[in-house]
Amino acid sequence: MKAPSRAALLTASAPLIAVALALLAGAGFIAAIGEDPLAIYALMARETLGTGYGIGQTLFKATPLVFCGLSVGLGFRAGLFNIGVEGQLTVAAFAAALVGAALAHLPAIALLPLTLATAIATGALWGAVPGVLKARFGSHEVINTIMLNFIAAALVSYLGRGVFEPATVRTAEIGAGATLPRLDLLWPVLRGSPANLALPIALAVAALVGVLLFRTRLGFELRALGLNAPAAEYGGIPIGATQVKAMALSGAIAGLAGMNFVLGYKHFFELGFSAGVGFIGIAVALLGRNHPVGITIAALFFGGLLYGGLAINERVPKELVEVLLAIVILLAISVQQVIERIARKMAA
Amino acid sequence: MSDAAAPPAASTGTRAPAIALRDITRRFGAVLANDRVSLEIAPGEIHALVGENGAGKSTLMRMLYGMIQPDAGTIAVDGRVVRIHRPADAIRLGLGMVHQHFMLVDTLTVAENVVLGREPRRAGLGVDRTAAEARVTALADRYRLPVPARARVGGLPVGVQQRVEILKTLDQGARVLILDEPTAVLTPQEVDDLFRMLRTLHAQGTSIVLITHKLAEVKALAERVTVMRAGRVVGGGEAAALTTARIAELMVGRPLADDLPRVAREPEAPLLEVRTLDADDDRGLPAVRRVSLTVAAGEVLGIAGVEGNGQSELIECIAGLRAPLRGEIVIAGRTMHGRSPRERAAAGLAHIPSDRLHRGLVPEMSLAENLALGRHRERELGAGPLLDRGALVARAGRLLADYDVRPPDPARRAGQLSGGNQQKLIAARELSRGASVLIVAHPTRGVDLGAAESIHRRLLAERDRGRAVLLVSSELSEILTLSDRVCVMYEGRIVHETRPSETDERTLGLHMTGRAQAGGADAATGGDTAGGGAAS
Repeated sequence: MKAPSRAALLTASAPLIAVALALLAGAGFIAAIGEDPLAIYALMARETLGTGYGIGQTLFKATPLVFCGLSVGLGFRAGLFNIGVEGQLTVAAFAAALVGAALAHLPAIALLPLTLATAIATGALWGAVPGVLKARFGSHEVINTIMLNFIAAALVSYLGRGVFEPATVRTAEIGAGATLPRLDLLWPVLRGSPANLALPIALAVAALVGVLLFRTRLGFELRALGLNAPAAEYGGIPIGATQVKAMALSGAIAGLAGMNFVLGYKHFFELGFSAGVGFIGIAVALLGRNHPVGITIAALFFGGLLYGGLAINERVPKELVEVLLAIVILLAISVQQVIERIARKMAA
Repeated sequence: MSDAAAPPAASTGTRAPAIALRDITRRFGAVLANDRVSLEIAPGEIHALVGENGAGKSTLMRMLYGMIQPDAGTIAVDGRVVRIHRPADAIRLGLGMVHQHFMLVDTLTVAENVVLGREPRRAGLGVDRTAAEARVTALADRYRLPVPARARVGGLPVGVQQRVEILKTLDQGARVLILDEPTAVLTPQEVDDLFRMLRTLHAQGTSIVLITHKLAEVKALAERVTVMRAGRVVGGGEAAALTTARIAELMVGRPLADDLPRVAREPEAPLLEVRTLDADDDRGLPAVRRVSLTVAAGEVLGIAGVEGNGQSELIECIAGLRAPLRGEIVIAGRTMHGRSPRERAAAGLAHIPSDRLHRGLVPEMSLAENLALGRHRERELGAGPLLDRGALVARAGRLLADYDVRPPDPARRAGQLSGGNQQKLIAARELSRGASVLIVAHPTRGVDLGAAESIHRRLLAERDRGRAVLLVSSELSEILTLSDRVCVMYEGRIVHETRPSETDERTLGLHMTGRAQAGGADAATGGDTAGGGAAS
């Protein structure tokens, strides 16, 4: 059993190797623009992990990535590629912000669940649409979710005209009852950072997704569908209905991704607030191997990168930071895929 | 080499063996696929290499053909030790291999396929087609392997495509022909043709290595036999001196029962009825035409036929995986029109599908999870929406032991099992459902003798417990052994119905290829079946 275990070991360490190589490539890039890679990385590490504030910022950046990674990962498990997380979280955050503001007089015990339910339901609905299109007409979810991203963006800015505060692109503030308290109330060490209760909610959702996937009949159906659709059909699993369920669930989780910002940070919806986390969620899911635990760890890593990128802004221009992040993400994912392929060959 | 077994009459005394493999060892990870295997092929002999799946036959031949390298041991061709790094080396040494899956280009003609890579050139550039065709026709005449040199390969019957493969190796100058399970895809008539051609080749001095696990073929064709089991040579010798029972025993490692016990039963109530069913295939072409059949409790109805004559579509219609155009399906008295696979399972249907890896299993999932596929809604496996892993594993432990699936490790992935064990896994899941109707497609394809015997026993036991079994197989011996009644499907219709005691493989083979006269003598009991064929 020597060779299989070596292959298994390689598979298990693939994300780590990939991240290491990606950081190495990033170092090459930093050197190429005339900076000292070690100094830059040291600065990043100090700013993200060296202070309570930095840790809080990293957690804040990681929170929506956990949701987005779970959303994409759940879709992948069912054999569906949900690229529409960005659109789903946008409409959901918009709707939730409107509800949170319109019913601002309600107490927290009513308003918070209502607002969260609005986000979940809107995201689920927006996600279910490509699911239904796939199940009924066989049209590909990749195309449809991309299109729905455009529709979501356009729809929200159109509807926003009627509700945005004068001369801004943001909604009115939500009621106090809908806000999520910051974590520094609990852990003073995080003082000043916007990390909030959305993070523990994200961790709870990750646990729920784990239970769903691996401990429920529906999760069994989702995974069977993703791994071998003809066998799932043979096993009496209704393909179309299960695809719709998977996309709705994926959208529901995506819908929660905006809560970090809307309920926990600014307390309003603002156009463009998500800054593409829905797409980084794809990278999170891939690096985390569509497993809730892996996704959570990957989200923390990418959260650190995102905040670390901000922290080195004084030394490296913003555009180059974005290139650096993209290089690291790109390499982390592709190297991991290559290593996993090698491991599979070793096992075969 | 002088101590080699007495060479067959055709060869000349003390010539070096055409091929001598000595102490060949090859390891794949922890598996010892070949353990000091020695094998000699005398010049001009037909040598059968037999063994169950996974015995190491293919590994040995792949090393001989240069597709993989041995870890230890030597290969000698015509008495000279050689290193064969790649198939091109093997071809240069006069070895030719006909794989189970043909390596032909469908869109090229027979002649183009045969000369591919060694095309006769016209002055300058371009292939000289006329020369190629002449060369292939001459070769075909010389070895009595008739082929239509100008026809496109894609449209030819499998038996003819196989001939093209053989011609290709001969055109490459093969003096030793290695055939990997050559009859697996052929009808009985095509098998006869193949054997006749192989005897002609043999008479002209070609050595032939026949890899097979069908013992009748060994007896019919081979002069000498080598039996492998678990990576080692466990016996062999002159074919004439070995009985099939003895060879089977060597292959399996224990004696096999001659006959499966069966209880005579009175006809009982029908549990599965199919009435005038029409269905299309995936391309929208008619695949099933006016098929009617009935399977009673305690009965096995065998459907014989060359694959692709509508059997798969028929089964998919019954299982609810394909919507029929017309007709009715009744399971245990309830009509199944518009019912989902899940509802049909609830009505008492179990299905062993023909395609293990495509339909029957999720290779990436564990054995325990695969044993729950399609049964994952059963109350025993969890409360409410939850699926209880403990219950899954407990059931798996029981079933794996019961059906002798090896290794009996519920956590292992199904894709890691051998084909035979995968089939046993599916059988375990489907036969333990307690369904009243079993539809079973190719239950022992690619399964070795021991496992096949145990699956056959299980199926007959189900029959004896009063289940209705619909068996589809292209393996006629299987159909004849298990069935109480036999129907032959040809071009979507049931063209012949009979009983195993009243027929034989040859007769069935003629019906399977549409060559039997559909006359009054064969008229099936149900007017629909025979009448439908004549009418439309």
